Amino acid sequence: MTSTTPETERRPFRFWAAVFWLLVWQAASMALKSWYPHGDLLLASPLATLRRLAELAVTAPFWAAAGRSAGHILAGFLLACALASALAALSARFERVRELLAPLVAVIKAVPVMSFIILAFLWVPTALLSMFIAGLMVFPPVYLNVLEGIRHTDPRLLEMARVFRVPPGRCLRGLYVPQVLPYFRSACSLALGLCWKSGVAAEVIGVIRGTLGEQLYNAKIYFETADLFAWTVTIVVLSAAFEKLFLRAVDALARKVGA
Amino acid sequence: MELQVSHLCKAYGGKSVLRDVSFSAGPGLTCITAPSGGGKTTLLRLVLGLEAPDSGTISGLEAARLSAVFQEDRLLANRDAAGNLRFVLGSAYRSEEAGALLERLGLSAADTKPVREYSGGMKRRLSLARALLAPFDLLALDEPFTGLDAENRRRAAACIRSYAQGKIVLLAAHAPEDAAEWKPQMVQLKNP
Repeated sequence: MTSTTPETERRPFRFWAAVFWLLVWQAASMALKSWYPHGDLLLASPLATLRRLAELAVTAPFWAAAGRSAGHILAGFLLACALASALAALSARFERVRELLAPLVAVIKAVPVMSFIILAFLWVPTALLSMFIAGLMVFPPVYLNVLEGIRHTDPRLLEMARVFRVPPGRCLRGLYVPQVLPYFRSACSLALGLCWKSGVAAEVIGVIRGTLGEQLYNAKIYFETADLFAWTVTIVVLSAAFEKLFLRAVDALARKVGA
Repeated sequence: MELQVSHLCKAYGGKSVLRDVSFSAGPGLTCITAPSGGGKTTLLRLVLGLEAPDSGTISGLEAARLSAVFQEDRLLANRDAAGNLRFVLGSAYRSEEAGALLERLGLSAADTKPVREYSGGMKRRLSLARALLAPFDLLALDEPFTGLDAENRRRAAACIRSYAQGKIVLLAAHAPEDAAEWKPQMVQLKNP
């Protein structure tokens, strides 16, 4: 298989560029502290963030919060992926299903995530809020990309399979899955970032107990800027790690099916 | 089993491609000839059930198993030769039989490189192998010798003859002389 990962995605940034921006962050934090006695409340330095992260990382609530948030958000992501893929397959097969879903998808894409969070806060149990919101944000890109992938399946290969009476299961594995996987991968790459952002936002608004969102909320309430940065770094690391793992699994599947 | 084609007509966007085509074909080779754009591919597509005629009927194929070499190779580009054959044959794939036929056609079942790295002639021969290994009652061959040199044309024609014994074979070809030894029935499509 030729890699489906573009070069820019494989190396999104250079080490020297990351170091440069860390230095800018440190300098800005030091400058604020020298101009204003409580400057570190406005911008915690990278070192203070790292120190706080190290302190938090050895506590049980840190791992419990990370685990709970990751569980909810990733469950939302996976459920939405499954539902979006199934509905995309139905839409590709039945024009009416596609027509029926088109306005819904357009609305989900257009409505601000905050509106959905506030509405969902009224509709769904608080414990499921982040899962619901994360899934909602994942649904449109996955649905639209998978649909696009199915519609780009070579009709000449489908005709060939029809003439040779290739059973549907083998067509799915041999024709549709290899065709759709690159589209699915690109949708997931986008959706994984979205689901973490929106899921944690839902936890903050809903102040869901024992989650990363609640920790962010507390950090804001108590003006613990270093905590805010440390929890944010945790979210970024979790999001990036899951994206890497998930996309690696998709790439392995693509190699297996010859995508 | 006999294929009956009666008064077949087909047009695309008002342009007639087939007009009142009738013939019957029993076991053996039927060669369909026509100038370029004369409707050979359209006729095979109608027989394979990939399109419906505007008028006329095709009968005799109700329970027939069909196989084809299409005008394009229609192979899975990222799979190797065996992978392409397995896709069509499923559990009916027999590596010894497939290997023997591929060898006769100058290919190798042990070759694990993906088909996208094959030359045009290799792809053509693999698509012929796929068509011959699939169980069939009617074999539709649309320009199967395109891109093959004289030696490979001879090999391909010999394989078709041995695999299609007692079956209906429709051959659309610019150069039907490759199958001349077979003394085919000729169907000449007239300019519509």
